[in-house]
Amino acid sequence: MAAKKTTKRSTIAKKPAGKTTTGKTTTGKKPSGKNTYELFDKSTQAFIYNRQVAATQRMLDFDYVSDRKTPSVAAIINPTGKDGLEKFFFGPQEILIPVFKSLKDAAKKHKNVDVIISFASFRSAPKSVEEAFEIKQLKTIVIIAEGVPERRMKELIVKAKKLDRVIIGPATVGGIQAGAFKIGNTAGTIDNIIESKLNRPGSVGFVSKSGGLSNEAYNIIARNTDGLYEGIAIGGDMYPGSTLMDHLIRYEKNPKVKMLVCLGEVGGVDEYNIVEALNKKTIKKPLVMWVTGTCAKAFKTDVQFGHAGAKADGEAETADAKNKALKKAGAIVPNSFDDYAQKIGLTYKKLVKSGVIKPAPESDAPKMPMDYAKAIKGGDIRKPSSFIATISDERGEELYYGNMSISDVFKKDIGIGGVLSILWFKKLMPKYACKFIENVLMVVADHGPAVSGAHNTIIATRAGKDLISSLVSGLLCIGPRFGGAIDGAAQMFSSAYDRGLTPQEFIDEMKAKGVNIQGIGHRIKSIHNPDMRVTVIKNYVKKNFKLTPLLDYAVEVEKITTSKRDNLILNVDGCIGICFADMLRNEFPKETADNYINMGALNGLFVLGRSIGFMGHHLDQKRMKQPMYRHPWDDILYMKD
Amino acid sequence: MAQKAIREADGKRMMARLLPEYTGCKFSMKDRYVTVGPDTDLKKLPNKYKWLLKEKLVVKPDQLLKRRGKSNLLLLNKDWKEAEKWLKARMNKKITVGKTTGVLTHFIVEPFIPHEQKDEYYFAITSVLEGDMVLFYHEGGVDVGDIDAKAAKMLVPVGEMPTAADFEKKLLGKAPKDRKKLLGAFFEGMYKFYADLNYAYLEINPVVVVGKNVIPLDLAAKLDDTAKFVSGKKWGDIGFPSPFGRIRTKEEEYIDMLDGKTGSSLKLTVLNPEGRIWTMVAGGGASVIYADTITDLGFMEEMANYGEYSGNPNAEFTYLYAKTILDLMTKKPNKKGKFLIVGGGIANFTDVAKTFTGIIKALREYGDKLKKQKVKIYVRRGGPNYATGLKNIGALKEEIGLDIEVYGPESHMTNIVSMALKKGGK
Repeated sequence: MAAKKTTKRSTIAKKPAGKTTTGKTTTGKKPSGKNTYELFDKSTQAFIYNRQVAATQRMLDFDYVSDRKTPSVAAIINPTGKDGLEKFFFGPQEILIPVFKSLKDAAKKHKNVDVIISFASFRSAPKSVEEAFEIKQLKTIVIIAEGVPERRMKELIVKAKKLDRVIIGPATVGGIQAGAFKIGNTAGTIDNIIESKLNRPGSVGFVSKSGGLSNEAYNIIARNTDGLYEGIAIGGDMYPGSTLMDHLIRYEKNPKVKMLVCLGEVGGVDEYNIVEALNKKTIKKPLVMWVTGTCAKAFKTDVQFGHAGAKADGEAETADAKNKALKKAGAIVPNSFDDYAQKIGLTYKKLVKSGVIKPAPESDAPKMPMDYAKAIKGGDIRKPSSFIATISDERGEELYYGNMSISDVFKKDIGIGGVLSILWFKKLMPKYACKFIENVLMVVADHGPAVSGAHNTIIATRAGKDLISSLVSGLLCIGPRFGGAIDGAAQMFSSAYDRGLTPQEFIDEMKAKGVNIQGIGHRIKSIHNPDMRVTVIKNYVKKNFKLTPLLDYAVEVEKITTSKRDNLILNVDGCIGICFADMLRNEFPKETADNYINMGALNGLFVLGRSIGFMGHHLDQKRMKQPMYRHPWDDILYMKD
Repeated sequence: MAQKAIREADGKRMMARLLPEYTGCKFSMKDRYVTVGPDTDLKKLPNKYKWLLKEKLVVKPDQLLKRRGKSNLLLLNKDWKEAEKWLKARMNKKITVGKTTGVLTHFIVEPFIPHEQKDEYYFAITSVLEGDMVLFYHEGGVDVGDIDAKAAKMLVPVGEMPTAADFEKKLLGKAPKDRKKLLGAFFEGMYKFYADLNYAYLEINPVVVVGKNVIPLDLAAKLDDTAKFVSGKKWGDIGFPSPFGRIRTKEEEYIDMLDGKTGSSLKLTVLNPEGRIWTMVAGGGASVIYADTITDLGFMEEMANYGEYSGNPNAEFTYLYAKTILDLMTKKPNKKGKFLIVGGGIANFTDVAKTFTGIIKALREYGDKLKKQKVKIYVRRGGPNYATGLKNIGALKEEIGLDIEVYGPESHMTNIVSMALKKGGK
């Protein structure tokens, strides 16, 4: 519903262009010479005190549909943050709004700013106002917080009068000058702003206590008149910084405002000042006014309505008494809120008839681009994604590994083997397989400090590096000569087996190529002095795997090689790689299983397991506060060619 | 968040504790004020407060009631035995004071202070925009009359701290000559006490002079509860009691409890459980206007409840809130049928569709009862996602056959009230 046409788009070019533009415009210039009865105009710029991203964006959205040339927010004051820049939208474009830690600094750089909107909490709002008092250029001070102590507020009111400042609030949403300037969250969504015609000025000056009801009133005014000129919600406190009367007097003086609309409230005596002003003819423009809270008489005990000030202290403060007095003084008072709209409409029509108001022709607001998130939610747009992930999902109530929730992971006790099975191979393999994965991890976890990876880790640790650097220094050694045999053995043996070579043919082929068979041979261990790691794994596999064709094939190969030399045994790397390939072939179709091996899954298994050991060595060295290691000269042969 | 009345005993205890601090130790008061509540064990009380058995006593209700003497709610100059009897006879009894009926639950017991009528004075401080107004009258007590017209008044402008001499000069003109200094010094201290502790209202009538001592006999006070973060420590452990006669029903207490659980606002006051017009209105300001309109159209007696939900409560809370109201309104059928006004203004940032989800769920649950009891439902609301919200709630007509009419911002906020009442109110 945002708007109808886009003819005004051409003006965008003149607006702050591109990414480097900041919210300032007339740096160095004094505020434009506004009349005293105007708090805002189309070039008014404000400081937002406390970082309020959503409210700031809503102000800028209003600016855009109001065809403002400059953003209404010059800078954000973030007392607990740092100086910097924050990105916002100005219509379809992005702009940067400066952020200052100090209000003083912001004011020095933005001398044209004369409004400050304080979103500080009830505790610190008074302090933010005192800060604003010290800066002469800040003529209008808005306090959003509810719950500022009354005594403190009275002090601020007195001081503001002395310093000739206007306070709006506390406990308010703010106010709006149609088509010119909007305070914070006033008037809700951009759709509502357009629907209530708040993006261009009309002839009605409105003031009330309630922020929620002022939004309703803007709608009523839009439907029954040529629209709002300005609306202020003074807030529901007992001692508001400015009163209903203060704003009505401003509207009375402002020739652009032709009629006044006001919503009073049970409690307090502000309405009687209006009665007096009507009697003394200080207010001469037609005033349609209703005081809410006439229902109070239906309650048997005192009732405190939503607002702090909304409590009748004596007969005169009741809504009925006030409505009566206002009517007597010449205000146009409906019989109930029900015919408030009607009275506003009739008053407007009279003013049009008598020529006081000449309705301006309507023009359409610039089209407001829809927010991406909203458009997606509404199903209005679609977009291809840049990434895809199929193994886990953290977005819901619970984390999921594949199809299994994290609570099921523990309930079903699938172990680290099960988790790895889901995350690497996308299915929870049977218990024997998960257990095998865990066995492999346990077997490869460490192989002493002397192997190249562990050694590298230790050197890095002793050079003062952190855990990750030391770990990675070790991991980077893993490759064809260290740890890589698992992968290589699995590939070589399964290829030979698949091609139907006999063990002897396989050995001959490798010999002819001059390539060592990966996974065969050990420096120390031999057929007579078997490697216990290999024995453990072999036993487990033979006992638990349904089929073990590759292992059987490898054992046949080993028989031939060990007959030549004792130590040409199936070593631990070879055994793991071949058994793992058997396991995958038991659980997946052959192509899938081979694919995992080709993708490097077996290497991953070694990296994962051995990381345990490398980190152990890192912690071990740190624990013992081992100093920097420098390799002795006498262990290096220095020579010239 | 507003000015809130406190119990007399809390105010006096605060004075007893802090008066020396604020008067430079020129004045002091003994803390001999006991609150008796419904759970107080009267038998054990004298063990804790030995003076109860030694002194003549004053007993009166401490429930923000005015003119207790005139309503025969004052026991004067009696010993503990009689006080105990008097208390037992009145505790948890329903009484009517003026137009208000309520149950007596809290009393203050204090020593009786013998004095003469001429020692009684009227003293009060009230908060006004320009500062604080201090009132003094050289006669005190229940029969003081129209104090607003009679009393000497002195405005203390914002930020000023008057001295004893200021009070003597500007306020104590009619006080006895030999007591001006004493009263001036007392008022200086009391003003500091009032200002520093963020009182919004303090009335002591009478305050009596006995020798060199100034003692409050009757005290009524309000604190600005927004200042709790400033003065809360000095206030000590005090509460803000509900006005006399406000008896919270089970349902009202339940909504209070829900209200305490959410950052949003949920309020419910049952006015007349047999009333035919029930409301479920969003927004503090709008809810008052709906209640106003029902009153203004002459249906005050039929208005069953006042309440509001606001501040974007989630669907779970609107469901529980709606369920409570629907349960109350369908307890007892009425031949003439009933009305449910699901009203609200144009929300600033409350998601209408979301808040309506909870209401719709409750309406579904109570659908059969609502139909059987001929409940006519009127809905009016605007704001973010209002179109979806209205469509969903309107669909209940087709889906479960509820008698429901739905309006958006195009319809005046309170139109649905006159539509309902004109159609079948009488």
